[in-house]
Amino acid sequence: MNFLLVLEWLIKGFVWALVLLGGFAYLTLYERKALARIQSRIGPNRAGPWGILQPIADAVKLIFKEELTPAKADKLIFTLAPIITVVPAVIITAVVPWGPSFEIFGYHLNLYIADINVGVLYIMSIASIAVYGIVLAGWSSNNKYAMMGGLRSTAQMISYEIALGLSFVSAILLAGSMRMLDIVSAQGGYWFHFIPKWFVVLQPIGTGIFLIATLAEVNRAPFDMPEAEQELTAGYHTEYSGMKFALLFMAEYTKMIAISAIGATIFFGGYNGPFVDKFPWLGPIYIFVKIIILLFGMIWVRATFPRIRYDRLMAFGWKVLLPLSLALVFITAVGIILAQLFDNSRLLVVIPVASLLVAGVAVALIDRTLRRKDYARR
Amino acid sequence: MRVVEPVVELARGLWTTLRMMLDKPVTIQYPEQKKLVKARFRGRHVLKRYENGLEKCIGCALCAAACPADAIFVESSENTDQERYSPGDRYASTYEINMLRCIFCGFCEDACPTEAIVLGDQYELSFTDRRQSIYPKEMLIEPVPADSNPTPQKTEPGVYTRSVPEMKDPKD
Repeated sequence: MNFLLVLEWLIKGFVWALVLLGGFAYLTLYERKALARIQSRIGPNRAGPWGILQPIADAVKLIFKEELTPAKADKLIFTLAPIITVVPAVIITAVVPWGPSFEIFGYHLNLYIADINVGVLYIMSIASIAVYGIVLAGWSSNNKYAMMGGLRSTAQMISYEIALGLSFVSAILLAGSMRMLDIVSAQGGYWFHFIPKWFVVLQPIGTGIFLIATLAEVNRAPFDMPEAEQELTAGYHTEYSGMKFALLFMAEYTKMIAISAIGATIFFGGYNGPFVDKFPWLGPIYIFVKIIILLFGMIWVRATFPRIRYDRLMAFGWKVLLPLSLALVFITAVGIILAQLFDNSRLLVVIPVASLLVAGVAVALIDRTLRRKDYARR
Repeated sequence: MRVVEPVVELARGLWTTLRMMLDKPVTIQYPEQKKLVKARFRGRHVLKRYENGLEKCIGCALCAAACPADAIFVESSENTDQERYSPGDRYASTYEINMLRCIFCGFCEDACPTEAIVLGDQYELSFTDRRQSIYPKEMLIEPVPADSNPTPQKTEPGVYTRSVPEMKDPKD
């Protein structure tokens, strides 16, 4: 523990926080542009060339807006809730490594903020804290719509966290460690010299469950019931305005970036890519590109699918995703044991094949349920 | 038992939205680019002139009578050969349209016996004050055509006696 180490931590933490907050600003622009192109529009293009100053204009507007506090709101919690929401969203990615370690000017530099040996557990626990901010924001506003939004988000986020956690478990089993660095290094290299050893190849259904569950976790369409404009006027942030609203908004978009970074690290090989062992500076570029692609996926899904009904959301979470992810954990464990037993890593192919079969059964069962006559009549 | 179809249907939805990204945006960059209006568009009124520069409007106030919103106010005065504004005896010395009342129905256009008032293609009618909503004659009247004189004109006696132009085969 010397001065230089503390300074390095401070600089890395500061840089990463700035990247997340600047990324939030430009994610809003990215989303508006991508949605606009999907809808045959141009999107914001007035503030600066291609609208690149639009986030700054938005920020200035939000800062100067009047902040209202409802008369019968719980003032302390009303003020605290946006902060409780935004802090976990910023600190959750502390364990995500964004490049391999390398020597620079004779100094050994690690491109991550914290190396915790239970990194995945840290992510899960911090992700659960974000629920408090939202439910407190909904409750303290003294507004029935906000209350409903808060309650919905609690139920939804807690339900989907289980499927999310179980989809992490299969990745943990494959890597044999909960440390993020081990998970990333387990995904280095290639099979047959061209298929990358990413966990999305070994566990495609687990990745799919992760992607679906994260949509529910960050309250994105088609799982944006907590902030359903048509039913709840805006959900938990109905009564928020000005910078407090901006904080809630910031938390939502920062969570999107964070969850994409985590997904890219756990399932899509992290900073791994061609030539990354020779040129370590490629690592951050690779993970950045992967985050951008995953974010586009979220925007794309938002532009495509309508919001699903609340009871179907809960039924899907508990009756489909939870059993399916449990089955995937079982299949992954069996595949690993088989490979160890016969000392032949090719037996790992059991995992994707069996997972796809199980997912096919799940799809067929959902389809049969949805086509049942009494379900259709309602 | 359908296993593949539900997934394919989801993928088809995603493909449809992704394909839309390749389409050209339909946006018109409004203040820089302007969309041409249709031929029968009803925009701001224009008071027309004859080729010789005389006003078509004869101040009969039929438009004001036809107006369902009571947006038009006309006051007429006598023409003389020394100071002639329009053919015939009288011309509109005051012609005002209140754009806050106008509903752009086009009845004034139908009522006009000389086809003097026409709903044009101008649709940028913003103003910042209620008083500016009343468009006087100077704002409505068409500019004088080239190679002709502005009104009032000095004319030969006995030429412009008919206020409504003669039509060979009036159909409408």
